[in-house]
Amino acid sequence: MRILNQIIAVCSINLKSLPQRFWLSFSTVVAVAMVVTVLLGFLALAAGFKRTLDGTGSDTIAILLRDGSQQEVNSVVMLDQIRLIGEAPGIVRKPDGNPLISGELYVIVDGVKRSTGLKANLPLRGIGKDGAALRDDLTITQGRMFEPGSNEIVVGEGLVREFAGFDLGSEVRLGTGTWKVVGVFSMKGSVFESELWGDAAVVQSLFRRGSSFQTVRVRLESPEAIDQLRDYVAGEPRLKLEVFSEKGYFAGQSSNTVKLIQNAGWPLAIAMALGALAGALNTMYSSVASRAREIATLRCLGFGGFPSFVATLLESLVLAGIGGVIGSMGIFLFFDGFSTSTLGQGFTQIVFSVSLTPALVKQGIILALLVGLIGGFFPALRAARVPIVTAYSQG
Amino acid sequence: MTALISIQGGAKRFVKGRETITIFDHLDMTIEAGDFIAIMGPSGSGKTTLLNLLGGIDRATAGSITFAGQRLDQMSEGQLSAWRAANVGFIFQFYNLMPALNAARNVELPLLLTSLGGGERKRRVETALQIVGLAERAKHFPREMSGGQQQRVAIARAIVADPKMLLCDEPTGDLDRKTADEILSMLQLLNKEMGKTIIMVTHDPEAARYANRVLHLDKGRFVEQVAA
Ligand SMILES: Nc1ncnc2c1ncn2[C@@H]1O[C@H](COP(=O)(O)OP(=O)(O)OP(=O)(O)O)[C@@H](O)[C@H]1O
Ligand SMILES: [Mg+2]
Repeated sequence: MRILNQIIAVCSINLKSLPQRFWLSFSTVVAVAMVVTVLLGFLALAAGFKRTLDGTGSDTIAILLRDGSQQEVNSVVMLDQIRLIGEAPGIVRKPDGNPLISGELYVIVDGVKRSTGLKANLPLRGIGKDGAALRDDLTITQGRMFEPGSNEIVVGEGLVREFAGFDLGSEVRLGTGTWKVVGVFSMKGSVFESELWGDAAVVQSLFRRGSSFQTVRVRLESPEAIDQLRDYVAGEPRLKLEVFSEKGYFAGQSSNTVKLIQNAGWPLAIAMALGALAGALNTMYSSVASRAREIATLRCLGFGGFPSFVATLLESLVLAGIGGVIGSMGIFLFFDGFSTSTLGQGFTQIVFSVSLTPALVKQGIILALLVGLIGGFFPALRAARVPIVTAYSQG
Repeated sequence: MTALISIQGGAKRFVKGRETITIFDHLDMTIEAGDFIAIMGPSGSGKTTLLNLLGGIDRATAGSITFAGQRLDQMSEGQLSAWRAANVGFIFQFYNLMPALNAARNVELPLLLTSLGGGERKRRVETALQIVGLAERAKHFPREMSGGQQQRVAIARAIVADPKMLLCDEPTGDLDRKTADEILSMLQLLNKEMGKTIIMVTHDPEAARYANRVLHLDKGRFVEQVAA
């Protein structure tokens, strides 16, 4: 009880006298806030990216790529292979008996960013007649779907937001042809919203792709039917293809990019945290120096060194904690909900939103408190060891 | 009268590099309970150093210090802290109040080291502030008070836990004559009415006159003068 009284008294003396050390304390708060902002910026970017890609994908849609190609851009699938896949078991058939299947290809075109006016790569996807039926959550929000065989495209909402010149009714020159934007679609924020879609056959001819595709989509009768499809593909030597569920495909794509962002974010945040730590140590040593006479006076009165240790550590944790909170609020104000785009797989722009979650904020605050803990510990040791005769020093 | 505190064969040396500075050596002194002693002497003669030894905030290089039968020189740091809290009130030249605390909170500090409850602490703080004539200033902060008032708060803090001995280093060194006389009268009253043993270091012969005995410390030796 007595030690508790002492600790409470010394902590309160210490915190009440913080305004006398305002600027130095403030600099520590700012440094820690900056560390937390940078860290959370990266983590929120990674989380937003993951959410965009994870939100994508159905488990009754299968995607087939050339074996070992990993990404769509590296994959090639020929027309006769698509016919073979159409005969596989487990695939949903339309009333006319034909399978629900779409051969797709993917070319890179240029777009101009609204924000910077700079050129960036965009994916133009050629999809088959059933392409739209092979996408869940697809809604045409403006205009209509393109007519098969025509130079018409529909564009994703995210893309329209970020890139200039793709508004409904615009004519755009892509590759060797001119295209007309006849519709805008949304897909619950999925990665497809960063794409342009046209008819596969027209894309093939205008981009001289012959009769080659890059991916094949099929609708499965059930999530389990994917095993039947896999067995069929494995047993057919002409199909050297890999089968993914759409969901699994995008999850795999996201984890690489998420790792990349996190791997860049943490080292930078830790480097900055070391800088903030040096600042915190400096601040807290100064704090101990400026309080030395008070601490020594308390020792004269019979107080132990431990309460001064605790109070110094607490001061450091409070400053760092405030920095952590300001840092998270800062990023919340600047970034959360903001839409941004980044270089996705295959060098195309993926539009996604930054998302800040309580779990991320917790990581930021923990880093801040760690800076406070280490930055306060050694000065706190010094506080506990202030020579008692310091009480006689002037000022 | 019985001896309250005594130093036998006391020595204090500081080692600076290869040099050893001896402040005093073979110093003997006995202070009776209820006495009011003034220690005078030239600057650097070791008055503060001696007071620190008697107050248990510094250790002698040699010799024994005995307080009411207890050997301070044989106590651990923790024991010394507890001993100071129970037996010594410190009064400093620059008051050494906590700027962040009001007068009452400053005075209460030594009581936080006792087992007294909040109500009893409050009562004792009020009494101590009354004794120094600052009851109505309880809520004021040090920066809102004059030097003399701050020193009176410091005296209230020194007596609140009812220690036997008060150690004062230049308690009026920073005050004008009139205020100094008020403070010194108050110390004299505490000595006469409450039986506090007071050891006061001062440069001021006027201040020394309030004491019963004046010791002159010079070149490590005492020269005693009985007050007029
Ligand atoms: N920690 C220390 N290290 C080295 N020398 C010290 C130390 N503390 C005090 N001294 C020396 O001891 C001598 C006595 O100091 P002390 O403060 O006791 O003198 P004083 O009589 O109180 O002087 P004043 O009247 O100026 O307050 C001085 O010469 C001082 O320089
Ligand atoms: Mg002195």
